[in-house]
Amino acid sequence: MFARGLKRKCVGHEEDVEGALAGLKTVSSYSLQRQSLLDMSLVKLQLCHMLVEPNLCRSVLIANTVRQIQEEMTQDGTWRAVAPQAAGRAPLDRLVSTEILCRAAWEQEGAHPAPGLGNGHTQGPVSDLCPVTSAQAPRHPQSSVWEMDGPRENRGSFHKSLDQIFETLETKNPSCMEELFSDVDSPYYDLDTVLTGMMAAARPGPCEGLAGLAAATPGPSSSCKSDLGELDHVVEILVET
Amino acid sequence: MRDGGVSGPGPPRRRVRPQPRPSRSCPRVGAFGGASLQGSARRTPDHYGRPSAEGRGLGLRPPTPATLRSRPGVPSSPSPAAPGQGPGSAGAGALDAPGPPLHPAASRPVPPVACRPLPVPRRRRAMTVNRAGRRALGAILKREKIAPRRAGAAAAAAGAERSAVAARRRLPGLLRSPPSRAAAMAGAGGGGCPAGGNDFQWCFSQVKGAIDEDVAEADVISTVEFNYSGDLLATGDKGGRVVIFQREQENKSRPHSRGEYNVYSTFQSHEPEFDYLKSLEIEEKINKIRWLPQQNAAHFLLSTNDKTIKLWKISERDKRAEGYNLKDEDGRLRDPFRITALRVPILKPMDLMVEASPRRIFANAHTYHINSISVNSDHETYLSADDLRINLWHLEITDRSFNIVDIKPANMEELTEVITAAEFHPHQCNVFVYSSSKGTIRLCDMRSSALCDRHSKFFEEPEDPSSRSFFSEIISSISDVKFSHSGRYMMTRDYLSVKVWDLNMESRPVETHQVHEYLRSKLCSLYENDCIFDKFECCWNGSDSAIMTGSYNNFFRMFDRDTRRDVTLEASRESSKPRASLKPRKVCTGGKRKKDEISVDSLDFNKKILHTAWHPADNVIAVAATNNLYIFQDKIN
Repeated sequence: MFARGLKRKCVGHEEDVEGALAGLKTVSSYSLQRQSLLDMSLVKLQLCHMLVEPNLCRSVLIANTVRQIQEEMTQDGTWRAVAPQAAGRAPLDRLVSTEILCRAAWEQEGAHPAPGLGNGHTQGPVSDLCPVTSAQAPRHPQSSVWEMDGPRENRGSFHKSLDQIFETLETKNPSCMEELFSDVDSPYYDLDTVLTGMMAAARPGPCEGLAGLAAATPGPSSSCKSDLGELDHVVEILVET
Repeated sequence: MRDGGVSGPGPPRRRVRPQPRPSRSCPRVGAFGGASLQGSARRTPDHYGRPSAEGRGLGLRPPTPATLRSRPGVPSSPSPAAPGQGPGSAGAGALDAPGPPLHPAASRPVPPVACRPLPVPRRRRAMTVNRAGRRALGAILKREKIAPRRAGAAAAAAGAERSAVAARRRLPGLLRSPPSRAAAMAGAGGGGCPAGGNDFQWCFSQVKGAIDEDVAEADVISTVEFNYSGDLLATGDKGGRVVIFQREQENKSRPHSRGEYNVYSTFQSHEPEFDYLKSLEIEEKINKIRWLPQQNAAHFLLSTNDKTIKLWKISERDKRAEGYNLKDEDGRLRDPFRITALRVPILKPMDLMVEASPRRIFANAHTYHINSISVNSDHETYLSADDLRINLWHLEITDRSFNIVDIKPANMEELTEVITAAEFHPHQCNVFVYSSSKGTIRLCDMRSSALCDRHSKFFEEPEDPSSRSFFSEIISSISDVKFSHSGRYMMTRDYLSVKVWDLNMESRPVETHQVHEYLRSKLCSLYENDCIFDKFECCWNGSDSAIMTGSYNNFFRMFDRDTRRDVTLEASRESSKPRASLKPRKVCTGGKRKKDEISVDSLDFNKKILHTAWHPADNVIAVAATNNLYIFQDKIN
């Protein structure tokens, strides 16, 4: 009754995997376990859309776990640069979303972020898109998380995959972006909401896991405008009292 | 069950001075003898004639930045425990410890006003929302899964429409324990087998709390603490309430029983708040309670939730004055012209009444969630630690705190480590330690610099490469750090073990005790259901010869440092017979399961004992199991 976090029915699956691991100790089952752990961690990081502020310690520990897994995957070489195949894309998307989510999670907690009611619903893309699109930023937000530990090729792949995401972001919703750009007030944003929504809209196939969760949050960009309208209205009402 | 010392509904309390608004610290628990929960009658209004905001909890007084305050201190009545110390001169005490003067918080950027929670009026005004607005609001609330209030109030008020509020309207669960559950103390206790860990035998004494199957979230106990003498036992719960138990005097007619703990006082310490800017609710859950050493007849304790620390005064009143000249017995004013004779009021005894009143509110100093508070040995200052910062406060001054540790990186993306616990040294008022999520402990000396970002000692055990896994870092995160009473050792609790450190040796702990090593193979499942993030506490006994900590399935473990033996006991209703000895439990890790053993897979991970406390002198322990408080003591032979 007090079990926290997700209760997935793949507990049995986990144990099967561990059993296989114990029995065989083959590389594939280990990497399978590692991948499932990575997925689980990303899911946990995404579950920040609660009314009560998420626990910073927990988020940091999960993010460190994710980083550790990705380091290992780099060393193993299983984490490859952008591959054109759809199969190769799936893990990369998840990897990319990691630090976006990590950043978003921390900045939610740390940098006095988005009110649910604020009209600066997605200020994040403002600060991110400028460096990316101008392609001359000294500090790339997507790679700064990994600055300390990732080798050069990590950043390259990050750039590419993030570029892809931001491209789709731009092409799909130009009007939405304009509205966002127009309200540069303060760094309040709900980056992961929008981005997961965008990514879910852009790539429904491989990202089923993410999309399933993004659906729980007010993601899809189509409602972005109406959301902003609603929020403006509500803020007006609240402010006047 | 006797309400230990609280008056029943008697004659209405007479106020000495008429107050503009009745202020009570806990209006909801009115059934429990409302008189005991009203604020002190000597509540002084603030400069603007409003009753002191502290009596109403937070909110009536908007927070002003320290730089704008013109008057020293706070408009509350001065602490009675400080002889001759006004708010202005308060800095002369502990803060003049040898060393450079501490820089006030003004030099360290005060968190911008925007991030501070705005005042939440006690009575949330129903807003007039037009129909379109209400529809829009309803859509948003539904999306965020908040039940809207009927009165059509804002999303802020709607956040309170949770079962937590409904549960709080009832009495705290600890008060509702049926009388039969309190130990009768009569009859012989069971023999049982000798305890494995200690030379004496632990037996059941009392249990507090209801036995309902579905427990209200608000009744879950979140902290347990004995005071310095051990006569008072305070518990805080998730509903923001504090319940204090007092030990009865030993009864001559029952020489074999020690005093039992009965309810002494209860009050609502914290209320839920809503941070408008972040659109997040601030929980009222009491994270920690710390007692202050007693200096006069009243008792003081600090209680904290995620953002605000409050100093509460618990005082008794057992006399009242009778025979006023200007008022008659009902409290009505007499006409001065009709008084023919004068009399001197006399003090008459009355039923004991225990009042709790908030004396100080230390707010708006923490951006992150407060996880620890610790009173200094100088009895004038205390520290409060959140995830990234530690602040030093003076008990008299609420509008200023000094930041002494700040581990927030300039770039939040580089954050990899947070503070998990902090404590002052029990004897040296300039020394404190803080633990981190990476399994390290830093000892800092406040004399070395104003900002103790550079530690004086760094305690870390080198990692065992053979047992490295993905979860190594998570399970090394320290959830609690406690100094021994002697001040020579400190104890840290990580997920699977308890370690005792000698302050003079930083390289490794002097003792490591495994709490539930059988969970090491289950870490993946525990990560999945989030149990791996549980924060267990640990405690020393009065003589520092034994340590205790909790585990799952309502088990708790005790380790005797001298005899090197340990025992696992269970806090359950089954072993709740009066003076029944606790049977040691065992978890079987694999292979054949012997009789009376429990297999790892049948452990109940929802029943976790996170909070335990040990009496400072006697062998009496208090164990919090979800919503129940168990009190055990050793058998007197």
